[in-house]
Amino acid sequence: MTHRTTDAPGAAITWHHLDADDHDHGGGATVLGFWIYLMSDALIFASLFAMFGVVSTSYAGGPVPRQIFDLPLVALNTALLLASSITFGQAMPHMEAGRIGPTRLWLAVTGVLGAAFVGVELYEFSHLIAEGAGPQRSAFLSAFFTLVGTHGAHVTVGLIWVVTMLVQIGQHGLTGEIRRRVVCLSMFWHFLDIIWIGVFNFVYLYGVIR
Amino acid sequence: MTETTLKTIFGRLGWESFPIHEPILFGTFVVVALLGLAIVGAVTWFRLWGYLWREWFTSVDHKKIGIMYIILGIIMLLRGFADALMMRVQQAIAFGANEGYLPAHHYDQIFTAHGTIMIFFVAIPLVVGLINFVMPLQIGARDVAFPFLNNLSFWLTAAGAVLTMTSLFIGEFARTGWLSYAPLAELSYSPDTGVDYYLWSLQIAGVGTTLSAINMVATIIKMRAPGMTMMKLPVFCWTALCSNVLAIAIFPALTVAFFLLMLDRYVGTNFFTNELGGAPMMYWNMVWIWGHPEVYVLVLPAFGIYSEITSTFTGKRLFGYTSMVYATVVITILSYLVWLHHFFTMGAGPAVNSFFGIATMVISIPTGAKVFNWLFTMYRGDIRFELPMMWVVAFMLTFVVGGMTGVLLAIPPADFVLHNSLFLVAHFHNTIIGGVVFGLFAAMVYWFPKAFGFKLDPFWGKVAFWGWVVGYWVAWTPIYVVGLMGTARRVHHFDDPSIQPYFVIAAIGALIILVGILGFVMSIVMGFVKREELRDTTGDPWGGRTLEWSTSSPPPAYNFAFLPVVHDLDAWYDMKARGYQRPVDEFRPIYMPRNTGTGVILAGLSLALGFGMVWYMWWLAALTFVALLAVAVGHTFNFKRDTFIPAAEVAATENARQPLAVGA
Repeated sequence: MTHRTTDAPGAAITWHHLDADDHDHGGGATVLGFWIYLMSDALIFASLFAMFGVVSTSYAGGPVPRQIFDLPLVALNTALLLASSITFGQAMPHMEAGRIGPTRLWLAVTGVLGAAFVGVELYEFSHLIAEGAGPQRSAFLSAFFTLVGTHGAHVTVGLIWVVTMLVQIGQHGLTGEIRRRVVCLSMFWHFLDIIWIGVFNFVYLYGVIR
Repeated sequence: MTETTLKTIFGRLGWESFPIHEPILFGTFVVVALLGLAIVGAVTWFRLWGYLWREWFTSVDHKKIGIMYIILGIIMLLRGFADALMMRVQQAIAFGANEGYLPAHHYDQIFTAHGTIMIFFVAIPLVVGLINFVMPLQIGARDVAFPFLNNLSFWLTAAGAVLTMTSLFIGEFARTGWLSYAPLAELSYSPDTGVDYYLWSLQIAGVGTTLSAINMVATIIKMRAPGMTMMKLPVFCWTALCSNVLAIAIFPALTVAFFLLMLDRYVGTNFFTNELGGAPMMYWNMVWIWGHPEVYVLVLPAFGIYSEITSTFTGKRLFGYTSMVYATVVITILSYLVWLHHFFTMGAGPAVNSFFGIATMVISIPTGAKVFNWLFTMYRGDIRFELPMMWVVAFMLTFVVGGMTGVLLAIPPADFVLHNSLFLVAHFHNTIIGGVVFGLFAAMVYWFPKAFGFKLDPFWGKVAFWGWVVGYWVAWTPIYVVGLMGTARRVHHFDDPSIQPYFVIAAIGALIILVGILGFVMSIVMGFVKREELRDTTGDPWGGRTLEWSTSSPPPAYNFAFLPVVHDLDAWYDMKARGYQRPVDEFRPIYMPRNTGTGVILAGLSLALGFGMVWYMWWLAALTFVALLAVAVGHTFNFKRDTFIPAAEVAATENARQPLAVGA
């Protein structure tokens, strides 16, 4: 920047910013903007957690957590999602260094783990519904399916995004714009991990022990 | 075709869904259809479709998007006000044996539509539109942080408005009040399309508002001109920042409340039902966690508008700028802690009610500080009572009364008596009309010459002013009185003839407000007719103090040929006072975002998705949902989003527009 902020009497005052390279059209704002979006998304989950908290024992004579939660299966799912965060972390240094091949490889591994997570979750849901523990059975189950399902829907969107980035990295390489998108995707992915830790503890573990 | 085939294609839509048997709706439909045909015909005749598409609908220019938001808000104001007039006439005549002209079924739709439209499709678009237009100019930026997102936000809001309007002629709107409380809004009590129209309209528009809020916050934080520290940020931008931060913090709660109600209605879950463990009061909590802060989302920018205008028309720096900023921040935080005062009668107990009652009263302290700041700015100022300043004075006189009745309602025992009464309805109209609407009119008069290059007609502007101010008091004082005497809200027929005179006076007041609305429309029409006489050639018609007045009227697409460097709070006043000279050469090419039609397409698909879901046309919903995803992902494959304006064109624009401007 070529401006001065002092305005001593008699000194020429700079009224204009003369740098020519000011075409970065708010590009620096993308990561901030995405971060703010994540905060609003966090409030979506906060509201869903609050709803779940209020009706978490409203079983309406239907099944209770201890009868329906299959903890080993949920532990497997948790491991899959946490592992996918680690693999995403592996992709980032490669991206910073501009290595296209390993970046895509680790992103693809992340996607496979994420897809496995969604698959296990769908299996769990279908199993519950078949047992008569569907979302219509009680307020507790309504809130359970909605909270966990909303997280799963987010992971699914993340999967579409991963595939999109795999294609776009192939098309354009690791340009500034592509990197910015991968950075946003990584924030999104880790954010979903944090939410899942809340779900695992608050919904599954706490549900079973109480 | 068989019954099943028809059902698959049209869902629950049938001939009986069109209200041809209701004369009022049919008449409205005919008028709207004729007007619509006339507009479409005129646009086609003058070959304006291409121009509108290229220059407006697909525009990513924050100024044009702001203007489109404001046009949407004004059109919806006319609809919302028509609802208001119908209610006032009904309540003025429906006493004793006279049932009035509106059946209860229709009246309930009208009060629901009135509230929903006035908040979501009038107040929000007008406030967002003003912020869109003014804020980037005030912070010395060329656009917002995410120009495409801005266009998309507008079109999503417009899609929500169109879906709401569709309910007028296809099916019906909700009869559940403007926040559609559960369990009344559940499928078992409201099985028709009304609540579905309500939910889908507001979800679609809500996505737009949330995206817009994120955009504005990122813009204010990241794109201020060099030298503009946060404590040199114009007050309007501070209020815009707080308002949008608040919007980001509250809209998720509303989205979730609506989403869960949708699941109850479509999937059969039991969140807010009376059966199987449902918790209806959670709906109330979530909608009011949104709802109360929402009024501050609307009124904070209005406070910013009053601050800018008071400072300009008294020729003084705003008194207590720092305290104004802190008051705004404190109101932002406190507004998040008061939602429960909307249902003290829920029975949460004295401790909870005391907390929320006291928190509510505390808000009056920073708000009172603001009123004193405006008064001290005026004190010994060189006051020019032009139209914007008149609105400010009317605001202070009106709003203070609304604030005081608000503090009264914040006392839980008093609220137990006044809950659900017309006193409450008079209170919030007092604050929203006196606070938000007066501010929006002040702002439209104040910034109109910046947007279009000529002032609004002052005579008709004064007609609008007196119509609104006098009409407000004539319409709402009697409602306060009958409300205090215990009259309930949302009633379409009364038995006690002794209160009829109050409702007749209120109806007369509404007619005076009609004069105000027509006066405003006329001030635009006559301003356009007399535009040569009212032309602003200087770019600074009011003797302004902030950076938007340093540009030409209307500003060029790029706003500033060179980004300004800011040294003082009132940056433009500082530039004028210290002999600022406009640059005449050395112009450089300017990078600008390229227009795109993707926003219109995404919003159109959302509209079709909402319509499909309302009418259970599952094929349409599925198709448009997949198309939405495809278009959204497809858009990310477009990397050619920038274009640049060559230096020669910048020079030509500057030299053509600026010869008479201040500092030339």
